[in-house]
Amino acid sequence: MLAYTIRRIILTLPVLLGVSVVCFALVHISPGDPLISILPADASVDLQERLRVLYGFDRSYAEQFLLWLSRAMQGDLGTSIATGRSVTTEVMRAVGNTLMLASVATVIGFVLGSLFGFVAGYFANSPVDKAASAAAVFGVSVPHYWLGMVLVIIFSAQLGWLPAAGAGPGGSGQWRLDLEHLSYMILPAITMSVIPMGIIARTVRALVSEILAQEFVIGLRARGLSEWGVFLHVVKNAAPTALAVMGIQLGYLLGGSILIETVFSWPGTGMLLNSAIFQRDLPLLQGTILVLALFFVVLNLIVDVMQSALDPRIKR
Amino acid sequence: MTSPYLSIRNLGVTFTGGTRPVRAVNDVSLDIAPGEAVALIGESGSGKSVTMRAVMRLNPEGRSRIEGRIMVGGRDVMAMDRRTLSAYRGADAAMIFQEPLLALDPVYTLGDQIIETIRRHEPITRDAARARALELFERVRIPSARSRLDNYPHEMSGGMRQRAMIALALSCRPKLLLADEPTTALDATVQMQVLLLLRELQRDLGLSILFVTHDIGAAIEVADRIAVMYAGQIVEEASARDLIRSPRHPYTLGLLKSRAHDAMVKGARLDAIPGAPPDLANLPDGCPFAPRCFLADEGCRSGGVAMQVVGPAHQARCRRLELTAAAAQDAP
Repeated sequence: MLAYTIRRIILTLPVLLGVSVVCFALVHISPGDPLISILPADASVDLQERLRVLYGFDRSYAEQFLLWLSRAMQGDLGTSIATGRSVTTEVMRAVGNTLMLASVATVIGFVLGSLFGFVAGYFANSPVDKAASAAAVFGVSVPHYWLGMVLVIIFSAQLGWLPAAGAGPGGSGQWRLDLEHLSYMILPAITMSVIPMGIIARTVRALVSEILAQEFVIGLRARGLSEWGVFLHVVKNAAPTALAVMGIQLGYLLGGSILIETVFSWPGTGMLLNSAIFQRDLPLLQGTILVLALFFVVLNLIVDVMQSALDPRIKR
Repeated sequence: MTSPYLSIRNLGVTFTGGTRPVRAVNDVSLDIAPGEAVALIGESGSGKSVTMRAVMRLNPEGRSRIEGRIMVGGRDVMAMDRRTLSAYRGADAAMIFQEPLLALDPVYTLGDQIIETIRRHEPITRDAARARALELFERVRIPSARSRLDNYPHEMSGGMRQRAMIALALSCRPKLLLADEPTTALDATVQMQVLLLLRELQRDLGLSILFVTHDIGAAIEVADRIAVMYAGQIVEEASARDLIRSPRHPYTLGLLKSRAHDAMVKGARLDAIPGAPPDLANLPDGCPFAPRCFLADEGCRSGGVAMQVVGPAHQARCRRLELTAAAAQDAP
């Protein structure tokens, strides 16, 4: 187990290097001059040149990359061109907010998705299954920004129960655990949870009906296990795959929630990416993508190790 | 004969899940005395596994219709409620499967599965259950039993897995063992070891065994009595010796003739029964074997055929028994 974990960690190193190369390259391939957004329209060529040297854009790509990488490894992701603040600070605050939101959304989605999935799988092709599967399809296919707006209209505009936007009172940029902040999280978290809910429900339904069709379930009944006892075996058999899907969903939500974060003005990585792209803020964009990719890799690592702990056939 | 431990009376099983109902088992009656081993032989789809699963009520209840009576140890299996049924399964009657790799839960160790089964039926501690699991592993002669308890099913060889499956089945000291083609998935040498082990356990523990197989050789090795199934019916039932020496049903005759035997000339073709088994969703009128039978006449193609007694504890479901005796003489 320990040997497997260590080997798995070592295997992530080349992945991380690849990620950093791709993330650096992607940003530099994209067209547009990063300095245009901060330079006044009538800036002299001389000023442009001085700024270019200052930010290091005059050096070769290889040089820029190595410089950026060595700083990044020390935790310094550079300075945002647009705001002049440290990218590390900006990204970490946004990641904290998004991680909070995405974790809550994933937990909601996982609980509901597993529930729907198990019910649908156990009563495959019954009306209950049809209803649960319909809920899952709705979750996968509904446009989330639309759902977000509808929820805002109902619960904020009409009923006035919950705040419509932001992470906290007075445009608080930092989410904290208290009742006030919690109420700001409810709508975006529910909106966001619909995605993993649908995917997990469909995965679990397929898993459960496949497991129930296997002969060992008859074997378990033949040993006199109660339906509850059989259910526990089904859960343990379904858990590795279901957890893997959950981990990957959490990874997607960490970076892929631009629309939802924009609808709810949630100060997370989605909003940060959005503004970094529009302002051509290269250091900020690079830093955000790198941190998100790191999270994704680490999540995958955790999922793999957990899977091997649960399913003995994966180890070796 | 003492009163039977397992008694099946006029069992009928019809699967109703598909577009047309499938009559998988039709009017099967079978008794097994305490300590007796009975083999149920027949080709795929003859209803032997369905009969066996009916004894445990393992056929899908929503999609099957079951008639008749099954008594185990004087208790009516069909009348059991959910709780009684699960207390009966595994404790009074236990089952071993054809492919242990598929019939064991892949993500639990064998030790854990045995312990779970014992503790499901008996109020004993985990340590005591584990001690008994170890005893069982040694009883079925699994080498280095102690460490094997912590193996997962995929970490064992086929023969070892089947031994472990037998140990699991015996864990609550059942009186009836149902064996569903336990040697089919094993290679020939291992087959024989497992058969001998079953025979030995049956004698030592006084088990009643219902042994389902399509391998006549395996049936002779283990069973005191053999019942031959065809298209959901028992067509002949006799002691193993009588069935081999003087088969009376044309189907049994055909089965015995189709085996390889010592007197065969090298290169000679095996005799085969012409035709294919009938569609269970669309059984022919009359004797289901009639379309393939070399003795069938017009009378065989209409009306049911009742079991005929042909000797002490020997019966066959055939209208033309006077002809089959002669045919049996010609057989090798």
